[in-house]
Amino acid sequence: MPHKIVSKTRISEDVFTADVETPLIARAARPGQFVIIAINTEYSERIPLTIAGADAEKGTIRLIWQRVGKTTSELSDMKTGDCISNIAGPLGKPTHIQNFGTVVCVGGGIGNAPLLPIAKALKEAGSKIISILGARTKPLLILENEFAEISDELIITTDDGSYGRKALVTEPLKEICRRQPKPNQVFVIGPAIMMKFCCDVTKQFDVPTQVSLNTIMVDGTGMCGGCRIEFDGKPKFVCVDGPEFDGHKVNFDLMMKRLGAYKEAEQKAHEMYKEHQCKIGLDKTMDDGRGTKDE
Amino acid sequence: MTEKQRQELLEQLLEKQKTGKLTPADRYAIPPQEMPNQDSVERRSNVHEVATGYTETQARLEAMRCLQCKNAPCIKGCPVRIRIRDFIAAIAEGDFKKSLSIIKENSLLPAVCGRVCPQEVQCQQTCTVGLKFKDTDKAVSIGRLERFVADLDKNQDAVPAVAADTGMKVAIIGSGPGGIVAAADTRKAGHDVTVFEAFHKPGGVMVYGIPEFRLPKAIVQNEIDVLTKMGVKIVCNFIVGRTRTIEQLIKEDGFDAVYIGVGAGLPRFMGIDGESLIGVYSANEYLTRANLMKAYKFGKGADTPIAMAKKVAVVGGGNVAMDSARTAVRLGAEKVYLIYRRSENEMPARMEEVHHARQEGIEFHLLQSPKRIIADKDSRVIAVECLKYELGEPDSSGRRRPVPIEGSEFQIEVDTVIIAIGNIANPLIRQTTPGLEFNKWGNIIVDENCKTSLEGVYAGGDIVLGAATVILAMGQGRIAAAAMNKYLAEKKTKAQS
Ligand SMILES: Cc1cc2nc3c(=O)[nH]c(=O)nc-3n(C[C@H](O)[C@H](O)[C@H](O)COP(=O)(O)OP(=O)(O)OC[C@H]3O[C@@H](n4cnc5c(N)ncnc54)[C@H](O)[C@@H]3O)c2cc1C
Ligand SMILES: Cc1cc2nc3c(=O)[nH]c(=O)nc-3n(C[C@H](O)[C@H](O)[C@H](O)COP(=O)(O)OP(=O)(O)OC[C@H]3O[C@@H](n4cnc5c(N)ncnc54)[C@H](O)[C@@H]3O)c2cc1C
Ligand code: SF4
Ligand code: SF4
Ligand code: FES
Repeated sequence: MPHKIVSKTRISEDVFTADVETPLIARAARPGQFVIIAINTEYSERIPLTIAGADAEKGTIRLIWQRVGKTTSELSDMKTGDCISNIAGPLGKPTHIQNFGTVVCVGGGIGNAPLLPIAKALKEAGSKIISILGARTKPLLILENEFAEISDELIITTDDGSYGRKALVTEPLKEICRRQPKPNQVFVIGPAIMMKFCCDVTKQFDVPTQVSLNTIMVDGTGMCGGCRIEFDGKPKFVCVDGPEFDGHKVNFDLMMKRLGAYKEAEQKAHEMYKEHQCKIGLDKTMDDGRGTKDE
Repeated sequence: MTEKQRQELLEQLLEKQKTGKLTPADRYAIPPQEMPNQDSVERRSNVHEVATGYTETQARLEAMRCLQCKNAPCIKGCPVRIRIRDFIAAIAEGDFKKSLSIIKENSLLPAVCGRVCPQEVQCQQTCTVGLKFKDTDKAVSIGRLERFVADLDKNQDAVPAVAADTGMKVAIIGSGPGGIVAAADTRKAGHDVTVFEAFHKPGGVMVYGIPEFRLPKAIVQNEIDVLTKMGVKIVCNFIVGRTRTIEQLIKEDGFDAVYIGVGAGLPRFMGIDGESLIGVYSANEYLTRANLMKAYKFGKGADTPIAMAKKVAVVGGGNVAMDSARTAVRLGAEKVYLIYRRSENEMPARMEEVHHARQEGIEFHLLQSPKRIIADKDSRVIAVECLKYELGEPDSSGRRRPVPIEGSEFQIEVDTVIIAIGNIANPLIRQTTPGLEFNKWGNIIVDENCKTSLEGVYAGGDIVLGAATVILAMGQGRIAAAAMNKYLAEKKTKAQS
C-alpha cells in the first residue's frame, strides 16, 4: 500500500515536513510514537521517524525530518504526490500524559518535532509548559511559532547568538531548576549529547526527566535487538520499551558510540546518492527544464 | 558415479523390478545419492543456493532405495504425516505429478520443507534403511526427494479451488509458514481472508531469517503469489497490537475468526559484559539486514549497511548460528568461529548445515562459551573471552550438561560477535490483548485444535511452541484452519437460524 505525500514543505535549510496519507496510523497514533518507513521495497533502508502530528479525519500523519544521510536525502527530494512504499506504525509506547504541574520541554534541533505533540498534549492535560528550544544558529530553528502558541514561557537559545540567548539549553534549564518551587517534570528531546547534559543538570536538582531516544533501528517491533541501550545497567529495546525513558538511568555514552557504528558506510551510501542525483538533475533540466522542487 | 552409470544402474533395476526379481538386498546395494552442491570455495563468495538438487535419474535411484515397508515407520516421524512410502513409489515409477499430489494432500510447502526440515530427527530418523546401516545419513533421502518433485512443479502455479463466498472474515496475523497455511486453508473454504504482516515483505522467518543460499526467496514468493491469486489479501506494514489490536479487528473491523502466527521474535542475549558494544549483533539483526534488506548488495543498490567484518565469532549451535556464520563468510569475513558450549553431538542444527559450514571453512570451538566481550576505547569489539567447558550429568533435556572449567579463560581476537542463542516470545500481543492466556514463558496457550482462551481466536507456530520448525508451524496452521472452518460454519448456521 503506497502512501501519498499530500503536501511537503521545506522549513529550514535541511529540515522538511510532509503530510502523508496513512489512515490507519493516523487513527491509532498517540504522542511519543513513531513510524518506520522504507521508501521502496526491494533495497531501501528502514528508518524511524516520529509522528509529529496526526489528523484522524484527513487520514494523514505529519513527518518532520532533517536531511542527514541517504534515506533522508531521498525523502527530501520527493515531491507532493509522490508515494512512500512502506510506512509501519504507530510504534513505541505513547508518552504518559497527565497534569504534572510545571513541565519544562527542552528541544534541540530536529528534536522539536517529536517534542511538539507531547508538549501540546501535556498542555491540554492542564500542565504549565515552559519551553526551551535550542539551535546551533537561527536558520536551523524550527517550530518556534507552534511552541509559542502552547507555551506559558518560551526561551530560545542559539550556540552562535544569532537569535534568542547565546547559550546552550542547559543554562536556562539550570536556572529554571533553581526556581522555587522547582519544576515537576522535564522532557528533553534532541541530540544524544544534549539529552545527556540536560539529564546531568536535572539529576542535580532531582527533577524527573523523560528523554526520547533515537537509536538505529531495523524492524521496530522488538525482533532484532539493534536498538538496544543500557538502562539501569540492563539491556532495553528502544522500539518496544521506549522510545521514552527515565533519562537519569540511560547510559548515553554507550548509546552515542553505537549511533556512530555505521558512520563510514552511511557516508558512502550518501555520497553515492548525491552523485547519482547530480546526474539525474542534469538529465531533467535537459528533458523538460523541471529542475525545481516543490518546497 | 557418472550420470551415465546411474542411468545404466537405474535401467537394470527397473528391468529387475518388472520381472519381480528386485530383492531388498538389491535395494540396499544402491549407493545413497549425494546431493549435488555448489563448489565449497566458489560458494563462499555468492549467495546462490548451495544444494543444487537431484537429477531425474538420481531421484529415481534414491527412490528405488526405499523398501516400501508395510508399516512405513518414516511416516510417524513426519509431523504432518505425509504418505512418504507412496510418494516415493511414484517417483520410482517416474510419475512425478502423482508424487507431488500425494505430498500436497498433507503439506502445502514441499519445496520449503524438503530443504529445511531437520529430516535426520524426523522422517529419516525412523527409516528402516537408515536403521539397517545404523546411520541416519544412509536413510532414504526423503527430504531431497520431496524437494525434487516440488521443484519440478515450479512453473505450473496451479491455484487451488476456492469454495463459494461464505461472507465470513478471517484475519491471519503474521505471514510465516503457519500463517500461509492457515490463510490458504481458510480461503479454500470460501472465507474472506486477510493476512497482516508487520514487515514490508511477507514470508516470516523464511524471508528475513533463513538465507537465500539455503532457501531461495523466489520459492517463498511463489507461495505468496498463489495466496494472492486465491483471493487472499496481504497487508504489509501492519502491526497487530499497534496499528490495530485484536479486539479492534474483531469488534470494529468485523473479523469473525483470527489466527495468531507471529513467531517467537525477541532475541535472547547472554547477559554477559560487553553485549551492547559496537560489533555485537543478535542473529536476527544480522540476518535481517543481510536477507530482507539485502545488505550484501550494500553499495550496489541496497541502502542498509552491515558490518563488513574480518573476524567473526558466532555464539550458538542451532540453525540460526549456522546461518549467521555462513552469511558472514559470504559477506567477506576471513575467519569465522562458531562457539558452542556443548559438543557437536548436541548441536540442534540440521546435520547438512553443519557439514556445509565445516566445508566453508568455519572453525568450530566446541565446549566453549563466551564470558565477556572486550572492546577498544571506542567501544568497538576487539576480542571475546571464553571459558572451556566439559560435559557433566544429563540435564532435563536429556543432553549432558556443560560445566565450566575454572581458570580456563582465553581470548579470541574478533571484530564482530553474533549472538544466536535463541528467541523468546515477543510480548506485543500479550500486552495488547486482554483475556488471551499465556504460559510463564510468554507463549500462547492453546488446546489440541489450536484454539486460544478467546472465542474465535486461534494460534500456532513459534508463538505457541517456542522456537520450533517450519513444518511444525505449518502443521499447526493447518489444524487451526480446520478448527476455524468448523467454528465459522457453526457460527453461520447459528446466525441464520
Ligand atoms: C524513534 C526515533 C524517532 C526519530 N524521529 C526522527 C524525526 O522525527 N525526524 C528526524 O529527522 N529524524 C528522526 N530520527 C532519526 C532518523 O531515523 C535518522 O536521522 C535516519 O535514520 C537517518 O537516515 P539516513 O539514511 O538519512 O542517514 P544515515 O546515512 O543512516 O545516517 C547519516 C548520519 O546520521 C546519523 N544517524 C543515523 N541514524 C540515526 C539515528 N537513528 N538517530 C540519529 N542519528 C542517526 C549517522 O550516525 C550519520 O552520521 C528518529 C530516530 C528514532 C530512533
Ligand atoms: C535463522 C533461522 C533459521 C532457521 N532454520 C530452520 C530450518 O532449517 N528448518 C526449520 O524447520 N526451521 C528453521 N527455523 C525455524 C522456523 O523458521 C520457524 O520455526 C518458523 O518460521 C515459525 O513459523 P511461524 O508460522 O511461527 O512464523 P514466523 O516465520 O516466525 O513468522 C511470523 C511473522 O509474523 C510477523 N509478525 C510478528 N508480530 C506481528 C504483529 N504484531 N503483527 C503482524 N505481524 C507480526 C513477523 O514479522 C513474521 O513475518 C529457523 C529460524 C531462524 C530464525
Ligand atoms: S515434511 Fe519434513 S518431516 Fe515430513 S516428510 Fe517432508 S521432509 Fe520429512
Ligand atoms: S521407512 Fe524408509 S524404507 Fe521404509 S517406507 Fe519409509 S522411506 Fe521407505
Ligand atoms: S528495532 Fe529491532 S528490536 Fe528495536
